[in-house]
Amino acid sequence: MLSVFKDLIRYNREFTIGLLLVSLIVIFACLSFFSPYPAQDIYVVIPDQPPSWQYWFGTNSRGQDLFWQLSFAFRNTLTFGIIVAVLSRLISITIGLASGYLGGWVDRILMFFNDIFVAIPIFPILILFYFVLRSDLNTYTLAVIMACLGWAFDARLIRSVALGLRFREFTRQAIFAGMSPRKIMMEEHLPYVMPIVFSTAMANMIWSIGFEVTLAVLGFTNINIPTVGTALYWANNHSAMVVGVWWWIIIPVVLLVMMFLGLFLLAVSINEYIDPRSRLRRMGS
Amino acid sequence: MRAYLLFALKRLLQLTAVVFAGVSAAFFISRLSPISPVESIIGRVSGNSSFSPQAIESLRSTLNELFGLNIPLHEQYFNFLGRLIVGDLGPSLIAFPTPAMQLVMLALPWTVGLLTVSIIITWLLGNILGGLAGYYQNSRLLKAFGVLAIGVQPIPYYIVAFLMVIIFGFLWPVLPISGGFSMNVRPGWTPQFILSILHHSILPATSLVLVGMGTWFLGMRSLVSNIVTEDYVTYAEIAGVKEERIVGSYVIRNALVPQLTALAMALGGIFSGTIITEQVFSYPGLGTLLIRAVNGGDSTLVLAVSSVAVIAVASAIFVIDMIHPLLDPRVKVE
Repeated sequence: MLSVFKDLIRYNREFTIGLLLVSLIVIFACLSFFSPYPAQDIYVVIPDQPPSWQYWFGTNSRGQDLFWQLSFAFRNTLTFGIIVAVLSRLISITIGLASGYLGGWVDRILMFFNDIFVAIPIFPILILFYFVLRSDLNTYTLAVIMACLGWAFDARLIRSVALGLRFREFTRQAIFAGMSPRKIMMEEHLPYVMPIVFSTAMANMIWSIGFEVTLAVLGFTNINIPTVGTALYWANNHSAMVVGVWWWIIIPVVLLVMMFLGLFLLAVSINEYIDPRSRLRRMGS
Repeated sequence: MRAYLLFALKRLLQLTAVVFAGVSAAFFISRLSPISPVESIIGRVSGNSSFSPQAIESLRSTLNELFGLNIPLHEQYFNFLGRLIVGDLGPSLIAFPTPAMQLVMLALPWTVGLLTVSIIITWLLGNILGGLAGYYQNSRLLKAFGVLAIGVQPIPYYIVAFLMVIIFGFLWPVLPISGGFSMNVRPGWTPQFILSILHHSILPATSLVLVGMGTWFLGMRSLVSNIVTEDYVTYAEIAGVKEERIVGSYVIRNALVPQLTALAMALGGIFSGTIITEQVFSYPGLGTLLIRAVNGGDSTLVLAVSSVAVIAVASAIFVIDMIHPLLDPRVKVE
């Protein structure tokens, strides 16, 4: 595991940049544990101060220090992304491996549902959930809903790998040795799909955080919980761009783009590492 | 031909299943809502005038009947399915008593138009450029384009659209940033009106193209860079086949097939992106309507928009799947 990591850093510039960007954001998010102000308090500092030595990211029109506010926001957003990624990975691993290994009618039924989930447009459904739950739609509820909607694409990917493993020598040996299907899937096949699980986890985080930001910006989540989306929501709500408080919008957007770019580079470089052809090309050159 | 028909039949079955599942989910989620359309209309009507309790009671029962809420849930569900087929979901709340479906049908052409044009541009441009970048791997320009694609691709629609509003609305105001057409133009099939529509659609369409193109570019580039190492390409090169022919018919055409499948799979997400883009640019499409409906607490309209969205996306996927065998003669049956 560690040597893979070293290889990636040595031969893959994208991975290094991605790792750097994501680490920066994670450190920034962790700073929120040392915040001098509680996350939801307003009018704790002078409003509308531009970035300065005292307020690194400036302050917003609600009298919050943007530095600490955004670090809370990124903590919540990252937590949300990780919860969605972990939950949806669990679902897609289970479905993908079962479908690929068991085959037959199990495969056909699971993939039938899979195709339905892939095809349904998610955004109207999410808005429908907001319509019903209103401000009960907090980070955790939304994470569970997103996880239930976001597993399908990756389950198909995992299935395609598991399908290839099914007729390999070691699988047959495991069956003859009397391993139960569950054990074969979990102990023999799972390691093979783990790289895919990692790279799709990053892509999944981009996907889910993108939706979260969008919903929050439109005001369609609990807007009192600081996330990156709600930060932008309040900035729009106070017409930050029009009254000239540009740092309220530009800084979160820049940080957000850094995070997305970092996650994306990680996903791409891990993906490339999985494919031996492109890995060889990179190491040779 | 028989195989193609079988393939089409299978896809049609799948289309029905997707529509059925999506529409049913939309119905049951919307019925969980604590806001009753009936009570909110009564609240609005009786807000600043006094009615006798009997009058309100009879209003309530009339409205319950109008919205079809006076029967058990499962009957409501079957009613809903039946009425969806004939395209009548009852009156909307934000524009009471205009039928919800009428509002949806007014908004639908805008979304479909914007979506179709931007998808076609995005997909073709992204794939052609990506294909060229995969084939000519040493081109500086295409390499720079690749870096740009990586940079823009992971940013969500909302942020890109929003940045474009800031740039073209505040910093360099040259393009209209809101609405579907100018206020002073009368809607109709006049050149003036069509030009106005095109002028207003530049920004939303460009933002969709910008975000979407990266995915196709990167996907196509990696597909093509794998294909060019195949023996048949090397053989064609040695045999002296014209370069354009190799790139166009041998390499890109082959790689387009998985990209078409990917398009079908990505369509739901692209549709979601359009909804957001519309909201940012106040474009008069389904997205804006959906958000107005949510803010107005209009459950009928929300349900109508969601159902139509599910049907539209599923049908579009079906159409793409039907094109598939035409592009790739090998795929007669899956």
